[in-house]
Amino acid sequence: MCGQCGCGGGAAPEVGATAATPIDAPEATRQLTLQRRLLERNDLQAAANRSHFEQHGLLALNLLSAPGSGKTALLEQLAARWPHPPVGVIVGDLATDNDARRLQAAGARAVQIRTGDLCHLEAHLVERAFAQLDSRGMELLVIENVGNLVCPTGFDLGEHLRLAVLSVTEGEDKPLKYPALFRSADAVLLNKIDLAEAVAFRRDEALANLATIAPAARLFEVSARSGTGLVELIGWLEQQRSQRGLQARAHAHG
Amino acid sequence: MHELALMEELRRLAVQEARAQGASRIHRLRLRIGSQAGVDPEALRQAFAVVMGASDPQGQPEDAELCGRPIALDLDVVPTVCFCPDCAQEFHPADVIHACPRCGALASRILRGRELELVGLEVS
Ligand SMILES: Nc1nc2c(ncn2[C@@H]2O[C@H](COP(=O)(O)OP(=O)(O)O)[C@@H](O)[C@H]2O)c(=O)[nH]1
Ligand SMILES: [Mg+2]
Ligand SMILES: [Zn+2]
Ligand SMILES: [Zn+2]
Repeated sequence: MCGQCGCGGGAAPEVGATAATPIDAPEATRQLTLQRRLLERNDLQAAANRSHFEQHGLLALNLLSAPGSGKTALLEQLAARWPHPPVGVIVGDLATDNDARRLQAAGARAVQIRTGDLCHLEAHLVERAFAQLDSRGMELLVIENVGNLVCPTGFDLGEHLRLAVLSVTEGEDKPLKYPALFRSADAVLLNKIDLAEAVAFRRDEALANLATIAPAARLFEVSARSGTGLVELIGWLEQQRSQRGLQARAHAHG
Repeated sequence: MHELALMEELRRLAVQEARAQGASRIHRLRLRIGSQAGVDPEALRQAFAVVMGASDPQGQPEDAELCGRPIALDLDVVPTVCFCPDCAQEFHPADVIHACPRCGALASRILRGRELELVGLEVS
């Protein structure tokens, strides 16, 4: 069409043929007003995941931190100490499956999501990984997110609680630099507390920063090396389970 | 670059809406982004160019028709609004610390500033 009368003439101008290009009549446009959240599809899947986890009697955690803060090491401790093993873990990692193997060795049932260059997990990836996990008799499911303090923030995975890990070697002002992630956390695990003295960690400053950014978050000072603080963390998680009335299921739901 | 994932979702939504309205071409998109939404406007624009430039990401030729020519992107940035329960008042935080300017209490509720929404489409 020529764009004027609907005659069907006037083939589309060839790219680069500027001299021969007919003057484009301004097309009549119309405005559509709408309100669609970019994360609506992820959020719907996350809600479905959450109710699926609940049908299985699981408390689900989203574990977040920078790379190397000790997420996997903490999960090894948690898997070994959780009173009713096994703990389920879905672990997002770039290429290798080292984390999953480390976790299985610690007694967890672990499924790896190979994220490639993806910088965050999404709810549909978690759904797929969960389908591969035998959750019978399981009470606790932990999703170890990709090591990143920015990108995972907006993506609900279907967790009940978000745990952010900050290690004493990362600097006291990290919560101020990545406020959105720490603000979204229900609990902060201050890890590698065994190294606090060696790195001259300024504890008061770090706690003050955390208190200003995430005033409502629970704080646990822990060490994945020595096991410090794990008893308190486990106690809190068990309390969170019973508050939600979660009961472990011996069989898969129908 | 989670901005890429977000812009792919934007393209999907825009195409869905435009098709539902019987449009044949998208000219302009308007996006509302909260200042707390964890996206960088510049990274978002780059990701938008990548996603809209890809001729056929989902293997759907109709998309290419709708999105084939350059699409303008308008970004409305929504400033953060917090709520102080003690003063029962809304406030705009001065910085990353969300302290109430009246009483100094730290607000844990954010009323606005997390939006990531497609709010307008100009089509023909
Ligand atoms: N000293 C000490 N080292 C730790 C602690 N937690 C983790 N690490 C070490 O920190 C490194 C990164 O830990 P990892 O669990 O792989 O971190 P992730 O990337 O967050 O999963 C490993 O070498 C761990 O052994 C801790 O509490 N104390
Ligand atoms: Mg890890
Ligand atoms: Zn990213
Ligand atoms: Zn106040």
